[in-house]
Amino acid sequence: MKAKIHVTLKQGILDPQGKAIEHALDSLGFTNAGNVRVGKYMELDVRETDKAKAEAQVKSMCEKLLANTIIEEYRYELVLT
Amino acid sequence: MNIGVIVFPGSNCDHDCEHVFKVVLGQKVTMVWHKETSLAGLDGVILPGGFSYGDYLRTGAIARFSPVMRAIKEFAKSGGLVIGVCNGFQILLEAGLLPGAMLRNRSLHFVCKDVHVRVENAATPFTGACMPGQVLKIPIAHAEGNYYTDPVTLAGLQANAQIVFRYCNPDGRVTPEANPNGSLDNIAGIRSAEGNVLGMMPHPERSAENLLGNEDGRLLFASMLESLKKRPLKMVSA
Repeated sequence: MKAKIHVTLKQGILDPQGKAIEHALDSLGFTNAGNVRVGKYMELDVRETDKAKAEAQVKSMCEKLLANTIIEEYRYELVLT
Repeated sequence: MNIGVIVFPGSNCDHDCEHVFKVVLGQKVTMVWHKETSLAGLDGVILPGGFSYGDYLRTGAIARFSPVMRAIKEFAKSGGLVIGVCNGFQILLEAGLLPGAMLRNRSLHFVCKDVHVRVENAATPFTGACMPGQVLKIPIAHAEGNYYTDPVTLAGLQANAQIVFRYCNPDGRVTPEANPNGSLDNIAGIRSAEGNVLGMMPHPERSAENLLGNEDGRLLFASMLESLKKRPLKMVSA
Protein backbone atom coordinates (compact mmCIF):
# COMPACT_ATOMS: atom_id res chain seq x y z
CA MET A 1 0.00 0.00 0.00
CA LYS A 2 1.22 3.49 -0.73
CA ALA A 3 0.89 6.23 1.86
CA LYS A 4 0.69 9.81 0.65
CA ILE A 5 1.48 12.12 3.54
CA HIS A 6 1.16 15.89 3.80
CA VAL A 7 2.75 17.80 6.66
CA THR A 8 2.05 21.51 7.14
CA LEU A 9 2.45 24.05 9.90
CA LYS A 10 -0.60 24.21 12.13
CA GLN A 11 -3.14 26.92 11.47
CA GLY A 12 -2.33 29.87 13.66
CA ILE A 13 1.43 29.34 13.45
CA LEU A 14 3.12 31.94 11.28
CA ASP A 15 4.35 30.42 8.02
CA PRO A 16 6.92 32.93 6.73
CA GLN A 17 7.43 30.98 3.50
CA GLY A 18 3.70 30.98 2.88
CA LYS A 19 3.60 34.73 3.53
CA ALA A 20 6.46 35.37 1.08
CA ILE A 21 4.70 33.33 -1.59
CA GLU A 22 1.45 35.13 -0.89
CA HIS A 23 3.16 38.48 -1.48
CA ALA A 24 4.70 37.18 -4.70
CA LEU A 25 1.31 35.96 -5.92
CA ASP A 26 -0.16 39.31 -5.03
CA SER A 27 2.49 41.13 -7.04
CA LEU A 28 1.74 38.86 -9.99
CA GLY A 29 -1.83 40.06 -9.89
CA PHE A 30 -3.37 37.09 -8.10
CA THR A 31 -4.85 39.42 -5.55
CA ASN A 32 -7.58 36.97 -4.57
CA ALA A 33 -5.09 34.33 -3.33
CA GLY A 34 -4.64 34.16 0.44
CA ASN A 35 -3.69 31.98 3.39
CA VAL A 36 -0.80 30.27 1.58
CA ARG A 37 0.64 27.40 3.59
CA VAL A 38 3.84 25.62 2.58
CA GLY A 39 4.32 22.02 3.62
CA LYS A 40 6.04 18.76 2.83
CA TYR A 41 4.76 15.89 0.79
CA MET A 42 6.07 12.39 1.42
CA GLU A 43 5.22 9.07 -0.20
CA LEU A 44 6.12 5.69 1.10
CA ASP A 45 5.21 2.08 0.52
CA VAL A 46 3.93 0.05 3.44
CA ARG A 47 4.28 -3.68 3.05
CA GLU A 48 0.90 -4.42 4.54
CA THR A 49 -2.34 -5.60 2.97
CA ASP A 50 -4.64 -4.81 5.88
CA LYS A 51 -5.68 -1.18 5.48
CA ALA A 52 -6.42 -0.63 9.16
CA LYS A 53 -3.00 -1.95 10.17
CA ALA A 54 -1.26 0.14 7.52
CA GLU A 55 -3.15 3.19 8.67
CA ALA A 56 -2.17 2.64 12.30
CA GLN A 57 1.46 2.35 11.22
CA VAL A 58 1.43 5.50 9.12
CA LYS A 59 -0.22 7.44 11.93
CA SER A 60 2.48 6.25 14.30
CA MET A 61 5.20 7.25 11.80
CA CYS A 62 3.72 10.73 11.58
CA GLU A 63 3.48 11.13 15.34
CA LYS A 64 6.98 9.81 16.05
CA LEU A 65 9.01 11.25 13.20
CA LEU A 66 7.42 12.66 10.07
CA ALA A 67 5.67 15.56 11.81
CA ASN A 68 6.54 17.57 14.89
CA THR A 69 3.07 17.86 16.37
CA ILE A 70 4.03 20.88 18.46
CA ILE A 71 4.12 22.98 15.30
CA GLU A 72 2.85 20.77 12.49
CA GLU A 73 -0.26 18.87 11.49
CA TYR A 74 -0.41 15.96 9.10
CA ARG A 75 -2.89 14.15 6.92
CA TYR A 76 -2.46 11.07 4.80
CA GLU A 77 -4.21 8.79 2.40
CA LEU A 78 -3.55 5.17 1.63
CA VAL A 79 -3.88 3.80 -1.86
CA LEU A 80 -3.52 0.25 -3.12
CA THR A 81 -0.45 -0.28 -5.26
CA MET B 1 36.71 17.76 34.50
CA ASN B 2 36.06 15.48 31.57
CA ILE B 3 33.68 17.09 29.12
CA GLY B 4 32.09 15.07 26.33
CA VAL B 5 31.52 16.72 22.96
CA ILE B 6 28.90 14.76 21.02
CA VAL B 7 29.69 14.40 17.33
CA PHE B 8 26.84 13.75 14.92
CA PRO B 9 27.30 13.34 11.17
CA GLY B 10 27.15 16.99 10.13
CA SER B 11 28.19 18.58 13.42
CA ASN B 12 30.55 21.44 12.61
CA CYS B 13 31.12 23.26 15.89
CA ASP B 14 32.43 20.18 17.67
CA HIS B 15 36.08 21.21 17.40
CA ASP B 16 35.32 24.75 18.51
CA CYS B 17 33.77 23.30 21.66
CA GLU B 18 36.73 20.98 22.11
CA HIS B 19 39.12 23.91 21.70
CA VAL B 20 37.36 26.02 24.31
CA PHE B 21 37.22 23.32 26.96
CA LYS B 22 40.69 21.95 26.26
CA VAL B 23 42.83 24.92 25.29
CA VAL B 24 41.02 27.90 26.78
CA LEU B 25 39.81 26.25 29.99
CA GLY B 26 42.37 23.47 30.39
CA GLN B 27 39.97 20.58 30.79
CA LYS B 28 39.95 17.04 29.47
CA VAL B 29 37.71 16.60 26.46
CA THR B 30 36.32 13.38 25.05
CA MET B 31 34.87 13.42 21.55
CA VAL B 32 31.83 11.13 21.60
CA TRP B 33 30.69 9.73 18.25
CA HIS B 34 26.90 9.55 17.97
CA LYS B 35 27.00 5.74 17.79
CA GLU B 36 28.35 5.50 21.35
CA THR B 37 25.94 4.12 23.92
CA SER B 38 27.66 5.14 27.14
CA LEU B 39 28.77 8.42 28.68
CA ALA B 40 30.53 6.78 31.60
CA GLY B 41 33.28 8.91 33.12
CA LEU B 42 32.01 12.21 31.73
CA ASP B 43 31.23 15.15 33.99
CA GLY B 44 29.21 17.10 31.46
CA VAL B 45 28.29 16.94 27.79
CA ILE B 46 27.81 19.47 25.04
CA LEU B 47 25.80 18.96 21.87
CA PRO B 48 27.49 21.26 19.36
CA GLY B 49 26.09 23.23 16.47
CA GLY B 50 26.08 22.16 12.87
CA PHE B 51 23.76 20.48 10.45
CA SER B 52 23.29 16.99 11.85
CA TYR B 53 21.99 14.69 9.13
CA GLY B 54 21.89 17.64 6.77
CA ASP B 55 18.89 19.06 8.64
CA TYR B 56 16.80 16.57 6.68
CA LEU B 57 13.09 16.50 7.52
CA ARG B 58 13.50 19.02 10.35
CA THR B 59 16.53 20.31 12.24
CA GLY B 60 17.51 17.70 14.82
CA ALA B 61 14.71 15.32 13.82
CA ILE B 62 16.97 12.47 12.74
CA ALA B 63 19.83 13.06 15.18
CA ARG B 64 17.44 12.51 18.06
CA PHE B 65 17.35 8.82 17.13
CA SER B 66 21.14 8.42 17.28
CA PRO B 67 22.20 5.70 19.76
CA VAL B 68 23.98 8.26 21.95
CA MET B 69 20.70 10.07 22.61
CA ARG B 70 19.49 7.27 24.86
CA ALA B 71 22.64 7.69 26.97
CA ILE B 72 22.18 11.47 27.01
CA LYS B 73 18.61 11.06 28.27
CA GLU B 74 19.86 8.80 31.07
CA PHE B 75 22.71 11.21 31.82
CA ALA B 76 20.25 14.12 32.03
CA LYS B 77 17.84 12.12 34.15
CA SER B 78 20.58 11.37 36.64
CA GLY B 79 21.34 15.10 36.95
CA GLY B 80 24.27 15.36 34.54
CA LEU B 81 24.92 18.76 32.95
CA VAL B 82 23.91 18.90 29.30
CA ILE B 83 24.23 21.94 27.08
CA GLY B 84 22.97 22.11 23.50
CA VAL B 85 24.09 24.97 21.28
CA CYS B 86 22.24 25.88 18.08
CA ASN B 87 21.73 22.55 16.30
CA GLY B 88 22.39 20.94 19.68
CA PHE B 89 19.45 22.94 21.08
CA GLN B 90 17.31 21.85 18.13
CA ILE B 91 18.20 18.20 18.83
CA LEU B 92 17.33 18.57 22.54
CA LEU B 93 13.92 19.97 21.53
CA GLU B 94 13.23 17.15 19.08
CA ALA B 95 14.34 14.63 21.69
CA GLY B 96 11.91 16.10 24.21
CA LEU B 97 14.66 16.95 26.69
CA LEU B 98 13.49 20.56 26.45
CA PRO B 99 9.98 21.75 25.58
CA GLY B 100 8.99 23.48 22.35
CA ALA B 101 10.09 23.47 18.72
CA MET B 102 11.99 25.61 16.22
CA LEU B 103 10.40 27.35 13.27
CA ARG B 104 12.13 28.98 10.31
CA ASN B 105 13.41 32.45 11.13
CA ARG B 106 10.72 35.06 10.65
CA SER B 107 12.86 36.70 7.93
CA LEU B 108 13.43 33.34 6.18
CA HIS B 109 17.12 34.25 6.14
CA PHE B 110 20.07 32.49 7.67
CA VAL B 111 21.20 35.06 10.24
CA CYS B 112 24.87 35.15 11.20
CA LYS B 113 25.82 38.05 13.47
CA ASP B 114 26.60 39.13 17.01
CA VAL B 115 23.50 39.55 19.13
CA HIS B 116 22.94 40.61 22.71
CA VAL B 117 21.21 38.40 25.24
CA ARG B 118 20.15 39.22 28.77
CA VAL B 119 20.81 36.71 31.52
CA GLU B 120 17.31 36.14 32.91
CA ASN B 121 18.35 33.48 35.37
CA ALA B 122 21.83 33.68 36.88
CA ALA B 123 21.15 30.85 39.31
CA THR B 124 21.66 27.99 36.84
CA PRO B 125 24.75 25.74 36.58
CA PHE B 126 25.44 27.47 33.25
CA THR B 127 25.13 31.10 34.34
CA GLY B 128 26.44 31.13 37.91
CA ALA B 129 29.36 33.35 36.90
CA CYS B 130 27.01 35.94 35.37
CA MET B 131 25.22 38.80 37.10
CA PRO B 132 21.41 38.70 37.00
CA GLY B 133 20.36 40.84 34.05
CA GLN B 134 23.89 40.94 32.61
CA VAL B 135 24.02 41.56 28.88
CA LEU B 136 26.23 39.20 26.91
CA LYS B 137 27.33 39.61 23.31
CA ILE B 138 27.33 36.23 21.61
CA PRO B 139 27.03 35.40 17.90
CA ILE B 140 24.17 33.50 16.32
CA ALA B 141 24.26 31.57 13.04
CA HIS B 142 21.04 29.82 12.14
CA ALA B 143 18.01 29.70 9.88
CA GLU B 144 15.73 27.86 12.32
CA GLY B 145 15.95 29.64 15.64
CA ASN B 146 12.42 30.95 15.89
CA TYR B 147 11.43 29.33 19.17
CA TYR B 148 7.82 28.29 19.51
CA THR B 149 5.78 26.55 22.15
CA ASP B 150 2.12 26.49 23.16
CA PRO B 151 0.85 29.21 25.54
CA VAL B 152 0.55 26.83 28.51
CA THR B 153 4.15 25.62 28.17
CA LEU B 154 5.34 29.21 27.70
CA ALA B 155 3.59 30.28 30.90
CA GLY B 156 5.31 27.38 32.66
CA LEU B 157 8.73 28.43 31.33
CA GLN B 158 8.13 31.98 32.55
CA ALA B 159 6.80 30.94 35.95
CA ASN B 160 9.64 28.49 36.65
CA ALA B 161 12.44 30.84 35.53
CA GLN B 162 13.31 28.40 32.75
CA ILE B 163 13.99 31.19 30.28
CA VAL B 164 17.72 31.67 30.78
CA PHE B 165 18.51 34.11 27.94
CA ARG B 166 16.39 36.65 26.05
CA TYR B 167 17.46 38.59 22.99
CA CYS B 168 17.86 42.24 23.92
CA ASN B 169 19.46 45.43 22.67
CA PRO B 170 22.95 46.44 23.91
CA ASP B 171 21.35 48.27 26.85
CA GLY B 172 19.57 45.13 27.99
CA ARG B 173 16.10 46.10 26.87
CA VAL B 174 14.09 43.20 25.47
CA THR B 175 12.48 44.71 22.37
CA PRO B 176 10.94 43.30 19.18
CA GLU B 177 13.77 44.95 17.19
CA ALA B 178 16.36 43.02 19.21
CA ASN B 179 14.70 39.72 18.28
CA PRO B 180 16.72 38.33 15.36
CA ASN B 181 14.47 35.42 14.40
CA GLY B 182 10.94 35.94 15.69
CA SER B 183 11.37 33.78 18.79
CA LEU B 184 8.43 33.75 21.16
CA ASP B 185 9.04 36.11 24.08
CA ASN B 186 12.53 36.87 22.63
CA ILE B 187 13.69 33.48 23.90
CA ALA B 188 17.35 32.73 23.12
CA GLY B 189 17.88 29.92 25.63
CA ILE B 190 15.90 27.78 28.06
CA ARG B 191 16.67 25.23 30.74
CA SER B 192 14.85 22.09 31.75
CA ALA B 193 12.49 22.08 34.73
CA GLU B 194 15.17 20.27 36.77
CA GLY B 195 17.72 22.88 35.65
CA ASN B 196 20.54 20.63 34.43
CA VAL B 197 19.80 20.81 30.68
CA LEU B 198 20.33 24.06 28.78
CA GLY B 199 19.56 24.81 25.15
CA MET B 200 20.55 28.05 23.44
CA MET B 201 20.78 29.35 19.89
CA PRO B 202 23.76 31.76 20.36
CA HIS B 203 27.23 30.21 20.13
CA PRO B 204 29.20 30.82 23.34
CA GLU B 205 32.07 28.68 22.00
CA ARG B 206 32.62 31.28 19.28
CA SER B 207 33.06 34.07 21.80
CA ALA B 208 35.13 32.53 24.55
CA GLU B 209 38.58 34.04 24.16
CA ASN B 210 40.23 37.41 23.81
CA LEU B 211 41.94 36.42 20.61
CA LEU B 212 38.54 36.38 18.95
CA GLY B 213 37.68 39.76 20.41
CA ASN B 214 34.94 38.55 22.70
CA GLU B 215 35.07 36.55 25.90
CA ASP B 216 31.43 36.73 26.99
CA GLY B 217 30.66 33.14 26.04
CA ARG B 218 33.40 31.90 28.30
CA LEU B 219 31.28 32.82 31.33
CA LEU B 220 28.90 29.98 30.51
CA PHE B 221 31.58 27.31 30.35
CA ALA B 222 33.31 28.70 33.43
CA SER B 223 29.97 28.56 35.26
CA MET B 224 29.51 24.98 34.17
CA LEU B 225 32.96 23.96 35.46
CA GLU B 226 32.47 25.85 38.72
CA SER B 227 29.14 24.12 39.26
CA LEU B 228 30.67 20.71 38.56
CA LYS B 229 33.49 21.37 41.03
CA LYS B 230 30.95 21.99 43.77
CA ARG B 231 29.25 18.65 43.19
CA PRO B 232 30.04 16.15 45.92
CA LEU B 233 29.92 13.08 43.72
CA LYS B 234 31.19 12.45 40.25
CA MET B 235 28.30 12.02 37.91
CA VAL B 236 28.45 8.61 36.34
CA SER B 237 25.94 7.58 33.75
CA ALA B 238 24.85 4.04 33.01
